[in-house]
Amino acid sequence: MYELRYRRPADLAEAASLFEAAEDPAYISGGHTLLPTLKGRLAAPDALIDLRRLPELKGIRREGDRLVVGAGEVHRDVAASPDVREALPALAGLAGSIGDVHVRNHGTIGGSVANNDPAADYPAAVLGLGAVVRTNRREIAADDYFQGLFTTALEEGEIVVALSFPTGAECGYAKFRNPASRYAMAAVFVARFADAVRVAVTGAGNDGVFRWTAAEKALATSFSPEALADLSVAEADMIDDLHGSAEYRRHLVSVIAERAVANMGRAVVTP
Amino acid sequence: MIEVTLKVNGEEVTRSVDDRTLLVTFLRDELGLTGTHVGCDTTQCGACVTIVDGHTLKSCTALVASLDGAEVTTIEGLAPGEDTLHPVQAAFRTHHGLQCGFCTPGMIMTAVDMIRRHGSDLDETTVRHELEGNLCRCTGYHNIVKAILAAAREPAAAGTF
Repeated sequence: MYELRYRRPADLAEAASLFEAAEDPAYISGGHTLLPTLKGRLAAPDALIDLRRLPELKGIRREGDRLVVGAGEVHRDVAASPDVREALPALAGLAGSIGDVHVRNHGTIGGSVANNDPAADYPAAVLGLGAVVRTNRREIAADDYFQGLFTTALEEGEIVVALSFPTGAECGYAKFRNPASRYAMAAVFVARFADAVRVAVTGAGNDGVFRWTAAEKALATSFSPEALADLSVAEADMIDDLHGSAEYRRHLVSVIAERAVANMGRAVVTP
Repeated sequence: MIEVTLKVNGEEVTRSVDDRTLLVTFLRDELGLTGTHVGCDTTQCGACVTIVDGHTLKSCTALVASLDGAEVTTIEGLAPGEDTLHPVQAAFRTHHGLQCGFCTPGMIMTAVDMIRRHGSDLDETTVRHELEGNLCRCTGYHNIVKAILAAAREPAAAGTF
């Protein structure tokens, strides 16, 4: 890790002003992606501004028909939250399937959504549910927020404060993990609203998390695994690497999507 | 440099450290607590697991500066005395839960936390699931699981750290 300065602001405003004042700063939350990146010298910020304890980023609460999860909440607390388990059990299951028990004690939902790793879990739920990303400057709809590998609508210095999820949908999440890294090879979040279905795929796409609109249409007509039988995503859009070919992932997305639809109300993880 | 104060195994320590110092480096190099091992250094193997403010942490993946004020328990902080093992340590010994021993400190810290949360209800499926973040390159998992299950049945094992 290159030399850097560590700063721990007391509140959101101080975090933003520390960012302004530094030359090449980075925010850090749970640090479970960023610290390994820094150790590998793949990034070299001169200052780390710690968001993890900011009071504005804490709390899980119901706001009318929304479920609002503070960006600084760790995966363990999202998985265990009675509000999340009641309103969106598949989201609680997703949170409980990230990494391992130690990682879940420290990694945060805001960090995952801000980083937008193409194999991360939370982006699938945020996009699948059409959640709203609340920042210290504005609210961003999920459809506008995710913009490709490790790329989001966040501007320089902008901080994710909370994720606001609609609660009026029945959801299912299915994930097929790489047995070594435990990241998703393909994972699918399905949200069934009264008037529409949304399907988001993570782990498989060249461009990060994406909506599978053909599956959405088919499921809106007939909500069953069989409705997906003749559908598949475009092979050219799939990641092709040593963990799996694009052809393999194209097939896997269909299998995992069917599994999500067959297991609504929870998260199913294999292997 | 940045000044940090931690309570490590019940004792308050204050040191001035380079901002980029990892918790595991601090424990080993500053405090001489070399029981916490560095296995992979990439947040995967779990040999460096400690318990920080009541929750397990892979201590290669936290800046010590970010933990200012925290309470840390390491493998050295478990045993009640020089000649007495912690019940989980004793169970690992009885059930041959270690071969080369490199992963053992992380395994035991993970087991202590697991038993604290689940108590005597702990079952084999849960143990195997919750050991996902701890790798044993001797592949000695079977006896590790046996040791943890045996320790969970010991009333003395819960809440002792």
